[in-house]
Amino acid sequence: MLIQRRRFVAALGAGAIASTAGCSSTDGGDGGNGSGSGGESIGVAGETLTLTTTTSTYDTGLLDAIHTDFQEMYGVTVDAVAQGTGAALETARNGDSDVVMVHARGLEDEFMRNGYGINRRDLMFNDFVIVGPESDPAGIRGMSSATDALTAIAEAQATFVSRGDNSGTHTKELNLWEAAGTEPGGDWYQETGTGMGEALNIANQQGAYTLSDRGTFISQRSEIDLTILVQGPIEGGPEILANPYGVMAVNPGVHENANYDLAMAYIGWITSPAVQNAISEYRVNGEQLFFPRAVSEDPDFQQYVPEGWSSEGDDA
Amino acid sequence: MPVESTVPLIPALLGVSFRDGYVGSIVVVSLYVSLSAVALSTLVSVPAAVAIGLTEFPGKGFVKSVVNTGMGFPSVVVGLVVLFAVSNQGPLGTFDLIFTREAMIMSQFVLATPPITAISLAAVSGVDDGVRDAARVLGGTRIDVALVVIKEARYGIATAVLAGFGRAISEVGSVLIVGGNITSASGISKTRTLTTAIQLEARQGQYETAMVLGVVLVALVLTVNAVVVRFGDRGVAG
Repeated sequence: MLIQRRRFVAALGAGAIASTAGCSSTDGGDGGNGSGSGGESIGVAGETLTLTTTTSTYDTGLLDAIHTDFQEMYGVTVDAVAQGTGAALETARNGDSDVVMVHARGLEDEFMRNGYGINRRDLMFNDFVIVGPESDPAGIRGMSSATDALTAIAEAQATFVSRGDNSGTHTKELNLWEAAGTEPGGDWYQETGTGMGEALNIANQQGAYTLSDRGTFISQRSEIDLTILVQGPIEGGPEILANPYGVMAVNPGVHENANYDLAMAYIGWITSPAVQNAISEYRVNGEQLFFPRAVSEDPDFQQYVPEGWSSEGDDA
Repeated sequence: MPVESTVPLIPALLGVSFRDGYVGSIVVVSLYVSLSAVALSTLVSVPAAVAIGLTEFPGKGFVKSVVNTGMGFPSVVVGLVVLFAVSNQGPLGTFDLIFTREAMIMSQFVLATPPITAISLAAVSGVDDGVRDAARVLGGTRIDVALVVIKEARYGIATAVLAGFGRAISEVGSVLIVGGNITSASGISKTRTLTTAIQLEARQGQYETAMVLGVVLVALVLTVNAVVVRFGDRGVAG
């Protein structure tokens, strides 16, 4: 807090000097950047990085497990705010966070296209699974198509619990219904507006189906009677159930108070081989929850830009 | 690898046990935020209640209605309003208050002030007119009269403060929104309170752990009430 305020004052000072010196090309943004990178040799030490993220990365304990390393390396504090993908992006859109880690590519792309997010990287992935009661009233067990399974659930009018909270999982679920060509509705379709853990408990109590990320399901499996009926791609299921996580910095050109230096340090750190390895070694109940994706021999330019984006002037 | 040294702490997240210092730190944050908010509310509410109670003015009934309505403010809405105020885009954006305890104190101040004012006002209004008149007849200034009335109404005012405290420490909606429910990676609370910790556990389906924290919260409120009542009996009356 104190340091941020000092930085703010320093930024004001730098801005004033720049303007009196007659550097007419830029104004506010220049002052902010200057104070961030120049000045003290300590750089980012003592500052606070605000990370807004989804409940699945936080609730599985992954972030607490790896963040200590980052905090010690840079002498900084990470404030991780677990909100769900929609809310995490909205908080960043208001300039209230420095870096976002979410899992809904469509929403991430929109965030980038609107200018709020920059320097996106693919971070890691796991997958979604369709879980339900052992009795499986809709008969979806072992189906190789997630959309067929949803269609079967809709036709059987078997109870389905939806997150209904604009989270990454909810977004994926809506995409699946759309791909299945089915408009979910009626008494059997219940929007709960809760986190994944609660949604699993509600589904458990009602003997209902739901879509869950594998990580949250694994971390809760011992307490509920639901079972995986349609696997995701990690266990050979359909690719449509893939659950990729991305990380990106808030654009300091839009929000000049965003801690861009520290956000980029964080992105560099979490996509480094050592931390990617730590992510793959993270276990809950002996099971791996997240699979690293940032380190690759082959270039992947699509991770930096909205999916399908290409520069028209570039393809000659 | 430092990561490995944190791995033994993970069972705590599964509700098996709590990490070192975790519960203690969220209790401290809960008390710090709620007691600060209630103290500030009391400083505003009690003088306001005395001023409203001891004077007659047109629209007094309307003011009372507004205060009483304030007791029913949904905490989530208060949280949203404070969020808009302290967000970097908001009027207080330059103070960097989002996701801080200070922002939480602001929202709990808004929540606690109406009940403390309303109940204090009822207590002040209930003081026998004769007490006021006697104080005036004996040559008391307006301040003297007010102090006499406060002393007469002290039990009602203590009840008001406790009601405000109960409202503040038990609400989850606004502190979750403006505070962000943040702990450090080692599990030491920055803006996590008992209520938001309970919400977090419930979100994960860890209902037993949530219940344990609920018991801690009730015990805490009980302790504060007992202390205030005891202190009130000795300090104010004596």
